[in-house]
Amino acid sequence: MKARVTVTLKTGILDPQGKAIEGALKSLGVDGVASVRQGKVFDIELSATDKARAEEALKAAADKLLANTVIENYRVELL
Amino acid sequence: MKAAILVFPGINRERDMARALKLISGHEPAMVWHAERSLPSGTDLVVVPGGFSYGDYLRCGAIAARAPVMDAVRDFAAKGGLVLGVCNGFQILCESGLLPGVLMRNARLKFICHDVHLRVERSDTPFTRGYNAGQVIRVPIAHGEGNYAADEETIRRLEGDGRVLYRYCSPDGAIDDISNINGAAQSIAGIVNERGNVLGMMPHPENHVEAIMGCTDGRGLFAGLVAQLEKAA
Repeated sequence: MKARVTVTLKTGILDPQGKAIEGALKSLGVDGVASVRQGKVFDIELSATDKARAEEALKAAADKLLANTVIENYRVELL
Repeated sequence: MKAAILVFPGINRERDMARALKLISGHEPAMVWHAERSLPSGTDLVVVPGGFSYGDYLRCGAIAARAPVMDAVRDFAAKGGLVLGVCNGFQILCESGLLPGVLMRNARLKFICHDVHLRVERSDTPFTRGYNAGQVIRVPIAHGEGNYAADEETIRRLEGDGRVLYRYCSPDGAIDDISNINGAAQSIAGIVNERGNVLGMMPHPENHVEAIMGCTDGRGLFAGLVAQLEKAA
């Protein structure tokens, strides 16, 4: 089973990298960029076949390591 | 003093730390590999040194914070043992949950490597007793992610409980935006946990301990720890 965990910064957390990318996009003349926030994507293959258990494992992975929940939110998707 | 320095893949300041500890305490510290599940018996100080554990993959300190040896460090800290984390060590302590908050990318995005001034906020702690309250010391920093951040409630508690021990300041001790080199909340350079036995700091006191280094302002931190441990023994 394939899955994706997306980690994004919480609202209100300053994202200097996103700001720098935003500036670069604007200087490239890309139209209509209002703001950029940088995040991370983890594509994970699971040996489990049970969806509920897979989701549980992914949540554990995100809570224990993939995200720092002080500053980040995460979303788990089974693909 | 029986210090144990943790060694993770990618750490590169452990020898500087060992040299400083040996110089000031007279005792050779033990180097403890990250895969160990226990600390050497009689350890009275754990040091998490600086560097780039696991190449800063995922987040600075995130992977090292989950290493087997960290469970032993958690037990040690829970019993009141002294833990000092410097630079990447501070990041590791935050990621491990031993200290609150997180070290974000420097506000101006650049890796910064030069001397800074720190104001010692109080002198009645194991980590600052070698200094006077309000004293300004000069120590080097070398980091790209040292911008301390935490939620408002955590910052309020840190400040209310006097747990900010070191703050970035001007050479004459003023706290201002220009001296706040990495954009840290409240100019925070070093904090302790609630119990006061775990310190994390971004600057490197171990690199200002000998005349040949051009400055010896970092000695006070280690001399204070030695005095603290002698008193306890």
